[in-house]
Amino acid sequence: MIPVQFDYLAPTSVEEALAALAEHGDDAKVIAGGQSLLPVLRMRLNAPEVVIDLGGIAELRGIREDGDSLVIGAMTTHHDVLNDALVKEHALLLVRAEHQLADAQIRHRGTFGGALAHADPAGDLGAPALALGAEFVIAGPGGSRTVAADDFFVDLFETAIAEGELLTGIRVPKHTGWGAHYEKFVRVAHQWPIVAVAAAVKVDGGTISEARVGLTNMGSTPIRARAVEEALVGQPATEDAVRTAAALATEGTNPPSDLNGAADYRSHLAQVLTRRAVLAAAGA
Amino acid sequence: MTAVADKPDLEIGRDRRRKEDQRLITGRTRWTDNLVLPGMLHLAMVRSPFAHAKIVSIDTEAAKQSPNVVGVFTGADLGEAQGACINAWAITPDQVTPPHVPMPSDRVAFAGETVAVVVARTAAEARDAAELVDVEYDELPAALDLKESAADTVLAHPDLGTNKSALWVFDSAEAGTGSSADAAIEKARGDGIVIEREYRQQRLIPAFMEPRSTVVDPTGEQITVWSATQIPHILRFAIAATTGVPESKIRVIAPDVGGGFGGKLQQTPEEMITFAVARKLGKPVKYTETRSESLMTAHHGRDQWQKLTLSAEKDGTVTGLKVELTADLGAYIAIVGGGVPVLGAFMFNAIYKFPAYHFSCQTVLTNKTWTDAYRGAGRPEATYAIERLMDELAIEVGVDPLEIREKNWIKHEEFPFTTVAGLEYDSGNYEAATAKAKEAFGYDELRAEQKQRRESGDRIQLGIGISTFTEMCGLAPSRVLGSLNYGAGGWEHASVRMLATGKVEVITGASAHGQGHETAFSQIVADRLGVAFEDVEVLHGDTQIAHKGLDTYGSRSLVVGGEALVKAADKVIEKAKPIAAHLLEASVDDIEFSAGRFSVRGTDQGLAMAEIAMATFAAHNLPDGIEPSIDSDATYDPVNFNYPHGTHLCAMEVDTETGGVLMRKYVCVDDIGNIINPMIVEGQVHGGLAQGIAQALWEEAVYDDSGTLVSGSFVDYLLPTSADTISFEVDHTTTASTTNTLGTKGVGEAGTIASTPAVVNAVVDAVRQFGVNDIQMPCTPERVWRAIHSGDGGDETEGAAAPHFTEETGMQGQTDRTDGANQ
Repeated sequence: MIPVQFDYLAPTSVEEALAALAEHGDDAKVIAGGQSLLPVLRMRLNAPEVVIDLGGIAELRGIREDGDSLVIGAMTTHHDVLNDALVKEHALLLVRAEHQLADAQIRHRGTFGGALAHADPAGDLGAPALALGAEFVIAGPGGSRTVAADDFFVDLFETAIAEGELLTGIRVPKHTGWGAHYEKFVRVAHQWPIVAVAAAVKVDGGTISEARVGLTNMGSTPIRARAVEEALVGQPATEDAVRTAAALATEGTNPPSDLNGAADYRSHLAQVLTRRAVLAAAGA
Repeated sequence: MTAVADKPDLEIGRDRRRKEDQRLITGRTRWTDNLVLPGMLHLAMVRSPFAHAKIVSIDTEAAKQSPNVVGVFTGADLGEAQGACINAWAITPDQVTPPHVPMPSDRVAFAGETVAVVVARTAAEARDAAELVDVEYDELPAALDLKESAADTVLAHPDLGTNKSALWVFDSAEAGTGSSADAAIEKARGDGIVIEREYRQQRLIPAFMEPRSTVVDPTGEQITVWSATQIPHILRFAIAATTGVPESKIRVIAPDVGGGFGGKLQQTPEEMITFAVARKLGKPVKYTETRSESLMTAHHGRDQWQKLTLSAEKDGTVTGLKVELTADLGAYIAIVGGGVPVLGAFMFNAIYKFPAYHFSCQTVLTNKTWTDAYRGAGRPEATYAIERLMDELAIEVGVDPLEIREKNWIKHEEFPFTTVAGLEYDSGNYEAATAKAKEAFGYDELRAEQKQRRESGDRIQLGIGISTFTEMCGLAPSRVLGSLNYGAGGWEHASVRMLATGKVEVITGASAHGQGHETAFSQIVADRLGVAFEDVEVLHGDTQIAHKGLDTYGSRSLVVGGEALVKAADKVIEKAKPIAAHLLEASVDDIEFSAGRFSVRGTDQGLAMAEIAMATFAAHNLPDGIEPSIDSDATYDPVNFNYPHGTHLCAMEVDTETGGVLMRKYVCVDDIGNIINPMIVEGQVHGGLAQGIAQALWEEAVYDDSGTLVSGSFVDYLLPTSADTISFEVDHTTTASTTNTLGTKGVGEAGTIASTPAVVNAVVDAVRQFGVNDIQMPCTPERVWRAIHSGDGGDETEGAAAPHFTEETGMQGQTDRTDGANQ
């Protein structure tokens, strides 16, 4: 488990990191917390000539309030997101997902932005980010741009981040007072989810007034379950009503078949887990 | 010097913390990979990505030009100096055995087989250069599926003409230990009950914590081999026997070894290649495998189909059992190989009084990683089959599964009991263990809850699983092994050295790899010789120090190695007595030994063991004709196996919507005879349970259609962690074994052997009302869900891994994984 030799760069600012990316282009890989890249390197599945470590860029860490949003620095660790009071108050769904993400060691090393930029469709943060309508702040040679969550996840391990660009932060609209739940289905605790469902709902007087639902590992990207969301609005937060809406969870999905389950089983799980996630989020 | 005489408490039975744990847990110790020798070179293996292929050519030129590469060798380059990997147990005289050259030069027979080795000054440079070795293969059809391979559809080794290696048969009518199973089954078809089932023992990977590593130093008169092995003595024999290097010129050291579970009970191709390269270059070399290599090429376990027929009278009294196994050997016959299922042959009848028994096992060669011993080795398979069947019989008769067991088991007053398989069980009390387990479990309450959940159609259904197991352990009486054509005996050796300062060195041939021998053996010797626990040092694993031994496996260390130790310690006392008598000016007949003190009967005169040791060292005043040594050794050959047993009860919750399973409660009451160290025993039971539960629920080595190991990393080979298991309730009954001095029975494998059927029985019990009578292991949520909804829980696992680490750029060059076969 020895990687191919590579050069190591440790920029201390986003500017420096972008300059390094511009210089090395395709030959470079960016490392954040290293929870995915290091195994890839050690198994020699990838052999970049240069690894650019973002760990020394202080401006990429931390969580702040910005009007109606929170801005989470890309290099903020899972642990810090999980334990942040602002996130708990305004984006509870992220806390629910981070709580179940891997294990304590990984949560201390891995980063919020790194996991999203890696774009593993079985990753735990894509579906919550989609559900909350997060925006991705991407820095490039020509300055910064913002990409909506719906446009960020392009394909398996592929995002809207272009060559020479860096994900610097994630802007999460406040969902203050929303109920949230992340229903994750695994065989062993440290596993990627076979299927998971992220749900955030706003309940007014027993009626669901707004709903956001994201699916993990039901296609080549995280998927927003819009049909479910629409069906939920105006419904009572009851088992029967939610069950009807949750049956729509498979719309637009294309789940994989692998060791942990065939596609039809995953489709079934998506419906069951969606119902459970929404009910839990609604406090029902 | 007489303080030891005041020692109030016995060491045996004490919860001594393991004296080896400080160094083992911190890792600041002599793991093989920690060794650094002057001028040491490093190896990297070039491995086949194909399950079966002709080697057309190997171009090593580019690798040889790589920085700091010292040499690149193929099988042809090393030739006969590689020796061979041996099969020590041809289970039948006509067993078909493919030759096993550590590094073949013409054809590879499984994905991961080594075809070239690179030697460089650093491990990284060796790995880099290994990617530059250009091997041209001509792919051949691969024998992968066990049943198809048994039908010789595709040949794993075309030259052999068949995949069928050996058919081993035991029949109680022929052996004179019982009547005809076929006749009993025929009769039951007319007027009784016949249960026919086919169960799958999936392929497992031992997955020890420390990957295998070997260092060979050829620069001394003895070639020294350090290896992360369970079997240093057997390894030395095998190297000598197959390379022509005299045994006396080889020293093998198993330093601290980080787990094995049977997985390091092997003479590996990598050890042989490392040995050959060191000799060829005349320099110390090291090879340490990666985790990927370990999962792919270290031997796997289990992998059988079990066809089972049980007959009984209408009231549930068993009348016959017929077992027909098909066992996957993998590409080669490993050191124990086909002997593993044979070790189970005597155990399918378990604790029950079957009057008729027939067992057959067909071993089959395939183009997959070879299989061999894995914790339990043969007995888990047997226990699984019979304990699953007893549940099925209970359903057929319409009684509680505990009741059907009680009806058929050996009553405690019937011991010693000779079974239909010809073994004599010396002791046991199944009634007592079961009663204790039932109470701790809350059996009746859980049955009531189960009934209530069924009646209300609860989404969560509850199942109760039972396993009243026994096993044979303490390998093994040499005469029995001889009668089975095994290539060695089953004795064990021990020495006790009395040092001048009163300290004691104990040498055991049972080489530990994490079990806690140093602690438990110290407790035994402390009591036996009346010395302090801290004063005993246990040495093992080095053929220069522990010159004789048969190593650690088969729950043998305490019951065989411990007995050798008792006998050696007793000899020390006998040798010390005339010296004590002489110094005390008394007759030997008047010397008594108790609590570490030799005293003259009827007087207050006495000497401590340490004083005798010092006097012997000085040798100034010894009786005439007495040698100046009280050191002793003993070699003990057991007269029988021993037979731990126990009752394991498991409650599983099944989410009928998702198929998800959750363990609710696990109680086990094991009877392992007298206990030396309860803490070590509890650790063994906990670990054993986790491993057996893991077979039931999580672990499976899966190959795809091209013979690539799909579950080739811990992402896809699901080992449980503490987050996935519950707190087990472990208790004991004690029926002392009558076949060894300490009255002990083995415990190392008990948890693994017993737990698997308890868990699967519980899962099946939870969903039986949906028409389910079997779910294939591992009982994945998907299988459970499908069983509930279609009654069929037997689908093969999809041979595809999730692409967490493979998709970014695909493969670049040659790696230590074999995904190349998919390109």
